[in-house]
Amino acid sequence: MLVDIANLRVTFPTPRGPSAAVRGVSISLGAEKLGIVGESGSGKSLTARSILKLLPGNATLAADRLSFDGIDILAANERAMRAIRGKRAGLIMQDPKYSLNPVMTAGGQIAEAWRAHHKGSARQARDAAMDLLAQVQIRDPARVAQAYPHELSGGMGQRVMIAMMLAPDPELLIADEPTSALDATVQAEILRLMEDLVARRGMALILISHDLPLVSHFCDRVAVMYAGRIVEELRAGDLTRATHPYTRGLLDCLPALSHPQPRLKVLVRDAAWSA
Amino acid sequence: MIDVVDLRVRFGRVEAVRGISFAVARGASFGIVGESGSGKSTVLRALSGLNDDWTGRMAIDGQALAPRRGRDFFRRVQMVFQDPYGSLHPRQTVDRALSEPLIVHGMGDAEGRILRGLAEVALPPEARFRYPHQLSGGQRQRVAIARALMSEPDVLLLDEPTSALDVSVQAEVLNLLADLQERRGLTYVLVSHNLAVVAHLCGQIGVMQGGELVETLSAEALRAGRTSHPHTTELRRLSTELEEPEGPITL
Amino acid sequence: MSTTTTLPGLRAWLLTDTPASRAQAAWGRRYRIWRDFRANGVAMTGLVTIILLIAAALAAPLLATHNPDAQELTNRLATPSAAHWLGTDELGRDVYSRLLFGGRITLGMVVAVVLMVAPVGLAVGTIAGYLGGMTDRVMMRVTDIFLAFPRLILALAFVAAIHPGISSAIFAIALTAWPPYARLARAETLTIRGTDFIAAIRLTGATTPRIILRHVAPLCLGSLIVRVTLDMSSIILTAAALGFLGMGAQPPSPEWGAMIATARDYMLQQWWVPLMPGMAIFVASLAFNLLGDGLRDVLDPKQR
Repeated sequence: MLVDIANLRVTFPTPRGPSAAVRGVSISLGAEKLGIVGESGSGKSLTARSILKLLPGNATLAADRLSFDGIDILAANERAMRAIRGKRAGLIMQDPKYSLNPVMTAGGQIAEAWRAHHKGSARQARDAAMDLLAQVQIRDPARVAQAYPHELSGGMGQRVMIAMMLAPDPELLIADEPTSALDATVQAEILRLMEDLVARRGMALILISHDLPLVSHFCDRVAVMYAGRIVEELRAGDLTRATHPYTRGLLDCLPALSHPQPRLKVLVRDAAWSA
Repeated sequence: MIDVVDLRVRFGRVEAVRGISFAVARGASFGIVGESGSGKSTVLRALSGLNDDWTGRMAIDGQALAPRRGRDFFRRVQMVFQDPYGSLHPRQTVDRALSEPLIVHGMGDAEGRILRGLAEVALPPEARFRYPHQLSGGQRQRVAIARALMSEPDVLLLDEPTSALDVSVQAEVLNLLADLQERRGLTYVLVSHNLAVVAHLCGQIGVMQGGELVETLSAEALRAGRTSHPHTTELRRLSTELEEPEGPITL
Repeated sequence: MSTTTTLPGLRAWLLTDTPASRAQAAWGRRYRIWRDFRANGVAMTGLVTIILLIAAALAAPLLATHNPDAQELTNRLATPSAAHWLGTDELGRDVYSRLLFGGRITLGMVVAVVLMVAPVGLAVGTIAGYLGGMTDRVMMRVTDIFLAFPRLILALAFVAAIHPGISSAIFAIALTAWPPYARLARAETLTIRGTDFIAAIRLTGATTPRIILRHVAPLCLGSLIVRVTLDMSSIILTAAALGFLGMGAQPPSPEWGAMIATARDYMLQQWWVPLMPGMAIFVASLAFNLLGDGLRDVLDPKQR
């Protein structure tokens, strides 16, 4: 088991006492693709970031078990975490505009990521960067390697980001809304690319998104979160057979091209879901 | 109600909108879909008067629009923005945001109008004196819609009004917009990247690519797949494939 | 409202999620800022110190043990004692009493400078930033010209050209102090100008002066207050430096810089005489800096 989480809790202090954002989440993950879906504030990002201990400074993390490849994350110090973050587990965030260094070329950033985790000359690093750019299906790697982030389109920037994260050959990739800032056509390409790479390298993928139908296309399993809990976990193909009213509600309230409705169904929230 | 003929907008050397034309009847909804950079939001900003550097002809209710608009135009045409976090002044209460148009246009009975405005977008009266940061994203978008309605406009320009919202909230806001249109006979121009949203709310749909309006078709034609331009066909295919939870995605 | 008569009732009234009037909402927001500020011990030290300094200056006639101008030539340059808590100066005047009255001049100068400078800087910055184009270029080049002069030199030249004294020192400092505020307000305005909420206000049909005054300027105020507070110490130092150079307050006025100037001949043997006003300047400057840092934490939108 690569990732093993049991009864994870993330709490934040507020003037009115601690407030729990994640309330007892359990997930275990091998070399597979897991989608975590939920609305803003459902705790989906916090859950995934807990694995890397990348939480806001005032958050308190607690769990019965939280391990990455047998390493106890709860007990791990900053140094042990640095050996995991970036090297064994990569994080891809929503907007490449903000996660790439604006004053360094794309190739330079990938080469640096490669050298941080491999021993090799500058020349080898450069070659590795080219190879990675080709792997993320960039047609003209030499040109993109020379480009600065502002010269790249959103989709291209996200490919560079993925190449950077793949540089140290990680075992786990966490993608936090990796395509929300991209156009529909590019979105599908990027997700397909991640799906392929993960399958070919035998990696694990955690895909965090608010888009339930989208995620189901690219994952093996989908966990639906609501108010800090997983309310339903499904095989991706079984989405139409979802039983929890929240999951059903999420699917029903989407306008659809193929099924016109005069009025959209509205999600009626039941207090019992978050109890 | 709205006539746009050969509208062109330049940003320096780049022509962002390259001569587009469309017309919207009173009480109807026109949707503009396109990917980022297609120029769809630029059209809306030119129409709203936020960008006065354009050429071509635009008219509302038969009156041609000058680059600089008068106060009466701003009373009759209002806009709702994409990001409800960015479109409300962070230091002003809901009450203040709603009373601003009333003061500018010298409209009386502020108290009654504000209370009715809140009720119309289904916000509780308690929300009246809250600051934007005390509201959820959906509530903020409701405030933005209420603000746009304060001056009792005829035309509402909607710039991706639901794309920053959760899907469950999106459904509520889309229903609200449909109700308001029916009740007040509003004319909508809706810009979105989401085909399903546009087709849900609008009868006529224009597809933009690279600053041009490549196709205009009815929502029924789009649903039925009677598209003529390859870009429209591509957008429609992706949209229908993604909304089916099962089945393949072809790239 | 009867619930506001008790303290917990007042707090609940301020912190409610459902305020019943605009004023209640505004006071609630202010109270939350105050609560954040109060949690910052260092900043509170600064605030309390400044309040004490201002109170002491205002109550100088009550707190002073001697007439600040009364000379006692038989008891010159005395060390601190029960009769003269902080000693006496070269003319036998009580240093403690002079410091109290001097605080009125020094702090008064600071307040006067700020009251002149902050509105001018805010107006120039927001107008230039919001209108842009030619207006912006002209206004900012003028600002640059003032910014290019070294503050003390320009102030010296200005004072020398008119006549030395407190009011010309205030004008001189004000003349050199406004450009940074204009720059700051302009930078803030440039980011505010592009936001959707300003676009929405433009679409109500509001006039430009109304937008600048009612919607843009209030948002610049936070960072401006922070900057002003942090600059207070340098205004105090400039005022003291002018006094020290004989261009500001004139003897026998007990302005702190002037006190050091007249006491500088005794620096080596009777060091406590210049030390006392030096300490006063140091404490006041430091307190303003601590207050400014704390205010930045709660007011500056970029830090939130």
